[in-house]
Amino acid sequence: MDATNFLAIDASGLVKHFGDTKAVDGIDLAVPRGMIFAILGPNGAGKTTLMRMLATLTAPDAGRATVMGHDLLASPQDVRASIAMTGQFASLDDDLTGRENLILLARLWGFKGAEARGRADELLARFDLADAANKQVKAYSGGMRRRLDIAASLVVTPGVLFLDEPTTGLDPTARQGVWQMIRTLAAHGATILLTTQYLEEADQLAERIAVIDKGKKIAEGTSRELKAATGSGFLHVALSDPARIGEASALLEARLGATVQRDGDGTALSAMAKTPEAATDALKAMLDAGIQVADFSMGSPSLEEVFFALTSEGSRRDRQVEANR
Amino acid sequence: MSEVGVTISQAPLRAVERPRAASPFSNALAFGWRAILKFKHVPEQLFDLVMTPIMFTLLFTFVFGGALAGSPGEYLQFFLPGILIQTVIFNSVYSGVGLSTDLGKGLFDRFRSLPIWSLAPFAGLMVGDILRHVIAGLIILTIGLLLGYRPEAGIPGVIGAFALLIAIGFGVGWIFMVLGILIRTPTTVMTFGFTFIFPLVFASNIMVDPATMPDWLRAFVDVNPVSAMTTALRGLMGGGVTLGEIGLALVAPVLLTLILAPVTLLLYRRR
Repeated sequence: MDATNFLAIDASGLVKHFGDTKAVDGIDLAVPRGMIFAILGPNGAGKTTLMRMLATLTAPDAGRATVMGHDLLASPQDVRASIAMTGQFASLDDDLTGRENLILLARLWGFKGAEARGRADELLARFDLADAANKQVKAYSGGMRRRLDIAASLVVTPGVLFLDEPTTGLDPTARQGVWQMIRTLAAHGATILLTTQYLEEADQLAERIAVIDKGKKIAEGTSRELKAATGSGFLHVALSDPARIGEASALLEARLGATVQRDGDGTALSAMAKTPEAATDALKAMLDAGIQVADFSMGSPSLEEVFFALTSEGSRRDRQVEANR
Repeated sequence: MSEVGVTISQAPLRAVERPRAASPFSNALAFGWRAILKFKHVPEQLFDLVMTPIMFTLLFTFVFGGALAGSPGEYLQFFLPGILIQTVIFNSVYSGVGLSTDLGKGLFDRFRSLPIWSLAPFAGLMVGDILRHVIAGLIILTIGLLLGYRPEAGIPGVIGAFALLIAIGFGVGWIFMVLGILIRTPTTVMTFGFTFIFPLVFASNIMVDPATMPDWLRAFVDVNPVSAMTTALRGLMGGGVTLGEIGLALVAPVLLTLILAPVTLLLYRRR
């Protein structure tokens, strides 16, 4: 099998500008078939624009791509026939019932009368929506709405399923439900490209992750590879006295020569340590300065730490470039 | 319904092949079906559509009618065909508002990512519009009949008038399709639409004979397409219409369709 047959998505040099903003600034993407692939990045990184280009909704300013072997620009209609997209905002008609929404899509895909109704009922049963089938979508909860939205993308089994931030705005239980649904789909061989700003989501679901920031891909690999690339040794330190966190942070940064990240509650710090000796040295320096350590550990970075390490590296490089001008 | 433990069945998901692609006509029918469902689920939209023309009919007939035409009855005879034109044009604004709302919700992103005839969603909107024009027109006509309006040209005249109304609605509709795509806020589409529509409707021969207007205004009224539409509709319902009048009434709808339908498609594809 050659590369184009093996890849569900094969994109190179995709660019999209909006005025002066480069929403997507030269992204290459190779997504093998039958895989969950996550595009991870903060708000405004260009994830949605990238996905909209691949789904034929936005024309790229430069670059080329094939989706399931079809060229994005030359044969968009063939691309559309082999994909389905669930956008960030529910792409459903609120006034219609769940069943009517699915029948409409089934008819548009080419199912005739009774077939279309049968397909709709099958999907409603499969997605646990049979009880709500004849309710207007505006009466659905967030979780039900998202399930219907994903069901609507499966009227015909797509070659690639695009999910734009599939769990944004859902409560934790509904999020678990959607994750489980995505895993089940993948277990049946679907290729899924999803965007997310949640590291946990990418870590939980995706076999490969592309990290995107400011329209550029800054890293790609499995979750394990990304963690390894940032350095396997991450020193986590919790302080007894939160007041001295600034001082401790400066000290760690000086000793380890790495960006220090502050954890959520502001009492813990973490930074990459190249060797256990370097970590010991840094801890000793803190103790010598009289900073009490409540707890410390060495371990793999979380994906969150990887992400911040990558994005802060990116912005440091940008600053460097600007300084050299 | 509980969100807890919601899963899709673990039984193998049936891989479903795409059936033979539906024809553009069948795509358009599916969207037309959606428009009809909207009437079933949101019947109150008709209230928006007919309340303004009903108020206009009642106020103009009974408040101004006597002063303008000697008696409310005579005025109604003059005014009713015009109010039908106004209703259809106002309706088009609402349809642009609806399009802008739909586009904002991401629904059209799904439609655009389907392998269907790309104009099909618009064909569906048009089906909905035509239904709205006919239903609203019939309601206004019924009220007119109750108040004493009599179409001298009889049923054939009324049928001809409704055919012309549909053509007018279809043509004018494109203006608000374009605005609906260009303007992201539905309320802005409404404000913008009415700002543009009000002078066009009032500075016409819908409400009064322009003979008493100042020359500069009468010059505008004479070339206002809304006046040509109203003249033809009066002729159709009251008798004595000429082919020339019908032709003039259709100039604007035909031009609007020829120019704005491709623009609509282009904007929609570029979005």
